[in-house]
Amino acid sequence: MKHTLAVLVENRPGVLTHISGLISRRAFNIESITAGSTEESDMTRITLVVDVGNDDELEQIVNQLGKLVDVIKIINLTKVDSINRDLAMIKVWALPEHRSDIVDIVDIFRAKIVDVHPETMVIELTGEEDKIDALCEVLKGHGIIEIVRTGKIALSRSAIAAKDSKES
Amino acid sequence: MTGAQAVVAGLKAEGVELVFGYPGGAALNLYDALYDSGITHILARHEQGAAHAADGYARSTGKVGVCLATSGPGATNLVTGIATANMDSVPMVFITSQVGTSLIGKDSFQEADITGITTPITKHNFLVKRPQDLMKTVKEAFYIARTGRPGPVLIDIPKDITGMEGDFTYPESINLRGYHPLFEGDPSKIEELAAAIKKAKKPMVFVGGGLRIAGAWSEFASFIEKTGIPVVSSLMGLGCFPADHELYLGMLGMHGTYTANQSVTQCDLLIGIGVRFDDRVTGLVSKFAPEALIVHMDIDPAEINKNVRTDIKILGDLKWSLPLLSQMAEPGDIAAWQKQVLAWKQERPLRFEENGDVIKPQSVVKAISDITEGSAFLVTDVGQHQMWAAQYYNSKKPRRFITSGGLGTMGYGLPAAIGAQLGNPDETVWAIAGDGGIMMNIQEIATAVEHQLPIKVVVINNQGLGMVRQWQRIFYDQRYSCSRYGTETDLAKVAEAFGAKGIKVQEPGELIPALQEANNYCGPVFIDVLVCDQENVLPMVPAGAPIDQMIGG
Repeated sequence: MKHTLAVLVENRPGVLTHISGLISRRAFNIESITAGSTEESDMTRITLVVDVGNDDELEQIVNQLGKLVDVIKIINLTKVDSINRDLAMIKVWALPEHRSDIVDIVDIFRAKIVDVHPETMVIELTGEEDKIDALCEVLKGHGIIEIVRTGKIALSRSAIAAKDSKES
Repeated sequence: MTGAQAVVAGLKAEGVELVFGYPGGAALNLYDALYDSGITHILARHEQGAAHAADGYARSTGKVGVCLATSGPGATNLVTGIATANMDSVPMVFITSQVGTSLIGKDSFQEADITGITTPITKHNFLVKRPQDLMKTVKEAFYIARTGRPGPVLIDIPKDITGMEGDFTYPESINLRGYHPLFEGDPSKIEELAAAIKKAKKPMVFVGGGLRIAGAWSEFASFIEKTGIPVVSSLMGLGCFPADHELYLGMLGMHGTYTANQSVTQCDLLIGIGVRFDDRVTGLVSKFAPEALIVHMDIDPAEINKNVRTDIKILGDLKWSLPLLSQMAEPGDIAAWQKQVLAWKQERPLRFEENGDVIKPQSVVKAISDITEGSAFLVTDVGQHQMWAAQYYNSKKPRRFITSGGLGTMGYGLPAAIGAQLGNPDETVWAIAGDGGIMMNIQEIATAVEHQLPIKVVVINNQGLGMVRQWQRIFYDQRYSCSRYGTETDLAKVAEAFGAKGIKVQEPGELIPALQEANNYCGPVFIDVLVCDQENVLPMVPAGAPIDQMIGG
C-alpha cells in the first residue's frame, strides 16, 4: 500500500540525500520524493510516497527516519484528511488540424496551455495523480513528446500545521 | 584564538584527556593546537588502529572515544572503525580534516567526501563551513554521541577554517529540534510486563549490549534476584550478569549453549533487554521463541519490531525502566521451569575433548579465564577464538568483555586492547586474537611498545582462517578455498622486532607457564600459541536454521 509522509527537516545541504539514502539502504521502495522550502526559512518539507507491503515496514521507515538528527517531524498524511497534488507538464504534437481537439481535452481537464509552437503545445496540469494519469492517457493518441512530473506534495486540511501536530 | 584552538578548547570543555589519531597535511593546524594543550595524543600506526583504539577506550570506560585524522586517505582509513562503532553503539567523536573550502569539490589532493562516505555509518555527521560554527558543532557532536542510543559522530573541518582567527565561546546549551532522546517511557507498559511476569510459567530474560551501555547492571541484578528468572546473554551483553551466577545459562544463538537455545525456544515469556535480535541470535526468525510473549526494552524506538515482532514494547533508558520493573514485578510460579533449565545446564554444559598431544584452543581461553578469575579486560578479535572466548571466558564484570559484535571486524582486537589499557591503566588487559586478525593491524604492536602498555596478547594460531575453514568443512565439502596461508610467520619474532616480549608455545605443557609469565610481565607481551587446526566452534546452529537445531553440544 502507498503511504504519503510529510517529513519536516532542517534546511541543510545533504539532508535529502541522507533521507533517500537511508530508505534505499534499508531496501524500502520510494515512489516519489519532493522537497521544497516552507513558511520557516530554516525548515524544508519533504513529501515522500513509499510503497510498503505491511504496517511493520511502514513503522520501520518512520522509526528509522525519526532517528536522523536533522529530521524534525514525520506525519503520515495517508491517515488524515489531506489534499494531494502533482504538477505535470506535457508536450504533445499539435498540428493545426488537431489543435482544437487538444484544446477541448485541456478544457475538460481544466488544464492550461502554457506554450504553443507551430507543431507542438505544452500543457500544464495540477491535480491528483490519477487525474494526471488520465490526461496523459487521453493525450497519448495525439503523440506525447515528453512529460515531466513533480511527484506528490500533500497538505492536511486540519487547522494545525504539521510542525505543531502531536504525531511523532 | 584560531579555529583549531577552538576545537581543542571544545574537547577540553567536554572533559577529553586522551585522543587517538594520525596527522597529515590538512590536519596540521589541529595538531599544532594540540601540541601544548595538555591533551594526550596517542599516535597509532594506521588510522584504522587509531579508530579501534579510541573505540576500545570508549567501551571500557564508558566515556566518549575521540579520534583524529587528516583528509582523504586518513579519513577513509577510519571507515571500518566508524562502522564498527556504529554497529555496536559506541559513543565516539571522529574529527577529520578536510581540504580548504576553496578546494572542496575539485578532486583536490587528498580530498574525499567523508561526510558523504560516512552518512550511513554514523549517528550523525557535520561538515563545518564557518568558523563560528566550530564550538557549537563540537558540543552537539559530543551530546549526540553520548546520549540516547550512543554512536559515532563525525566532524569534518576544512583546513582554512581551522586556521581562521576569531573570538570563540563554548555554548552553554544545545538546541537540536530533531533530536530528543527519550529517558522515561510509559510506566503503564512496565505494569503490563509485571503482570505478564506474574502469569508466566516459563519466563526468560535475554540481555544485550544496551544493558552495559546504560550501566544498569546492578538494577538488573536486583530484578533477577527478586524474580528468579533465568538469564541468557547476547555476545555484546557478556559480563553484564556474572557468568558464575546459578541463573545464568550462557550465550544465546549460533554458538550459544544448548541450555540457552532450548530455554528460549520453549519459554512462554521472553524479555529482551537492550538487545536488537541480531540474526546470529535468532536464527530462523519464524521459529524464534515461537511460544513466547515477546517483550522488548530499549531506548531506540527503531529497534522495536525491526527483526522480531514484539508484544510489549518498553521504550526508555534502562536506568529508568529497570528499577521501576524491579519494584512492580512479583515472582510467578516458576519453580518447575527453573528446575528444568538448571537440569539442562547440568546435563549439557559446553565441552570439548582435551588431548594431550595438541593444544586445544578452548583450553587456552579456559586457562586465561582461570588466571584472571574472569575479572580482567578481555578484548577479542574476530573469528573462532572470539566465539571460544565468548563461551569459555567466564566474564564476571560488565564492560570488560570487549569485542566487535555487530560488524565482526577482523583486526579490531589489538588496537582496541591498547585503548582499553590506556583507559584503565591500573587494570589487567588481555587480548585474544587469531593469526588471521592479528595480521590485519599488527603494526599497532609498535604503539603498545611506545607506551609500554602491559597488554597480554595471545594469538590462537591455527595457521589460517579458522572460522572460514569451519564453514568450508561443514558446508562446502571440505574444499578449503583460500583459508590457509602459504607461509608461516613467526609472530613471536615479529613482536620481538617491534620491541615487545615474544613467546612461542608449541607443546601443551608450555601453555600455563607461558600465560603465567605473561601475566606477571610488565610490558607488552605476545604469546603465539600453535593450536590444533581441526577444531570447530561447537555447538553451532547453521545460518538460517532454528536455534534449537544445533550441530554438536
